[in-house]
Amino acid sequence: MSDTSPLRRAAITGIGHSQIGRRLRRGDLDLTVEACLAAIADAGLDRDDIDGLATYPGTGIGMGGFSGPGSPELQDALRLQLSWHDGGAEGPAQMRAVIAAAMAVGCGLARHALVYRTVTEATAQAGRASAGIGGSGLGSGGPSLGGGGSGGGVPRFGGFLQWFLPFGAVSAANWIGLVAQRRIHEFGLTRTQLAQIALNGRRNATHNPGAVYREPLCLDDYLAARMISTPLCLYDCDAPCDGSTAFVVSAVETARDAPHAPCRIEAVGTALRGRPSWDQFDDMTTMAARDAAASMWERTDLGPSDVDVAQLYDGFSVLALVWLEALGFCGRGESGSFVEDGTRIAREGTLPLNTAGGQLSGGRLHGFGLLHEACVQLRGEAGERQVPGRCEVAVVSNGGGPLAGSMLLVRDTG
Amino acid sequence: MLADGPSLRLLPRLDDCNRFFWTGGADGVLRFLRCGECRRFTHPPVPRCPACLSRDMAPEPVSGRGTLHSFTVNHQQWIPGSDPYVVALVTIAEQADLRLTTNLIDCPADAIAIGMAVEVTFVGNGDVHIPLFRPAGL
Repeated sequence: MSDTSPLRRAAITGIGHSQIGRRLRRGDLDLTVEACLAAIADAGLDRDDIDGLATYPGTGIGMGGFSGPGSPELQDALRLQLSWHDGGAEGPAQMRAVIAAAMAVGCGLARHALVYRTVTEATAQAGRASAGIGGSGLGSGGPSLGGGGSGGGVPRFGGFLQWFLPFGAVSAANWIGLVAQRRIHEFGLTRTQLAQIALNGRRNATHNPGAVYREPLCLDDYLAARMISTPLCLYDCDAPCDGSTAFVVSAVETARDAPHAPCRIEAVGTALRGRPSWDQFDDMTTMAARDAAASMWERTDLGPSDVDVAQLYDGFSVLALVWLEALGFCGRGESGSFVEDGTRIAREGTLPLNTAGGQLSGGRLHGFGLLHEACVQLRGEAGERQVPGRCEVAVVSNGGGPLAGSMLLVRDTG
Repeated sequence: MLADGPSLRLLPRLDDCNRFFWTGGADGVLRFLRCGECRRFTHPPVPRCPACLSRDMAPEPVSGRGTLHSFTVNHQQWIPGSDPYVVALVTIAEQADLRLTTNLIDCPADAIAIGMAVEVTFVGNGDVHIPLFRPAGL
């Protein structure tokens, strides 16, 4: 990728979180405004400086608490005057909104774009019997009663869900359980290896006051936990939470005036070459992470050995293993042994992973929490959980399954 | 013993595109859309063959045999009252990249093995016949 690439003209200059927790019982717009104002202030800006806005996934997607307020709601709440705006759920996973903002800024459509992701799933699920239909949400295949023939009033589903729900494959835990089981078959993955992602996340979360789960977790606890969908147990599945994460993406010529070191977007992984399907993807052990990661490395002179810290999507533990291989930190099928005793991925290891606890212990901020932590680490502002030594290059991944995106960030040195 | 599936089977909403698949099991035969020109099967159904773009697409029977590509035993009560059941991913014998998510039934937990031969059977629910798989030759 040449240095004239529009994406390299974009940097993350501001980061912000709202209060994060389980069942906060605060409105999603309330949390969103809190995070956005924090990010704007962090960038040293005023809301009048914001001329771009993007969010994932926009309104009306998924079950309760999944989507957060749409961009029009937030624009109106802050009375933003926008040169560019965007929101949606399709694209290279959750970070699609950040990539879109970087492209808009790089192309000159906006100078300072605000990007946010808000979830209130913990509060929304508090009143429900079980934690609903997972991952991608109900989307366009939503329920209707009757419609299409007899069935005794059982809800009927169209779209992609019709190929899963009749079999009780109702959650992303089921769909990704298939991925994990296939990895056991092909690569000899063990539960003890899988556990390392959860245990590493929990160790790191103990140093993160904002993490939702901070109590110590040991291998025996993990192995004794109840199964959700084999081989995935309770600790392999991330925790619904309430919270909002926001970023300011700025044109690099303005970024150098920012109060904190800008995090420049070196490259993004956006490819999707296999079939966009939970069960028809050609290689069930990699799925879309393979394509996203490959395209990211095609767009930069940097390589895996240049990465100082990794924030890899762990909505389910096995996805972090998939990303380790896809991003080339180890060979295909070798991620189990790569993480085996947890030392490589520990904060003091050769590839510190999910240093704020990831989603398994930090809470399901749905990709954006991982990007936030990458910026904190690149700035050197992580306090007691700061990785030792050089921290100039970070990789972040979002998603897994049939949707995946990745991003390589470098601390801008002017 | 594992259950055959969830306590309640949520059902597909039938339309002109998927009706052949979900109702075809009434005669015990599994069908997929097949291209009349390049002869490839495709799933889920689409108006044109994704391989050669022909519009000559029609449902055709398959043998109902396949192999287990992956599986997961569901324990979580997403659908209340469900005992543990097997969500299976089956590769259909006629074409290596033709797969179906389904349930594996009549198979003890310790006998489930990726690569095992399976065959289709159907469970009816009104107008819909849901294809399930069991170990071949039971």
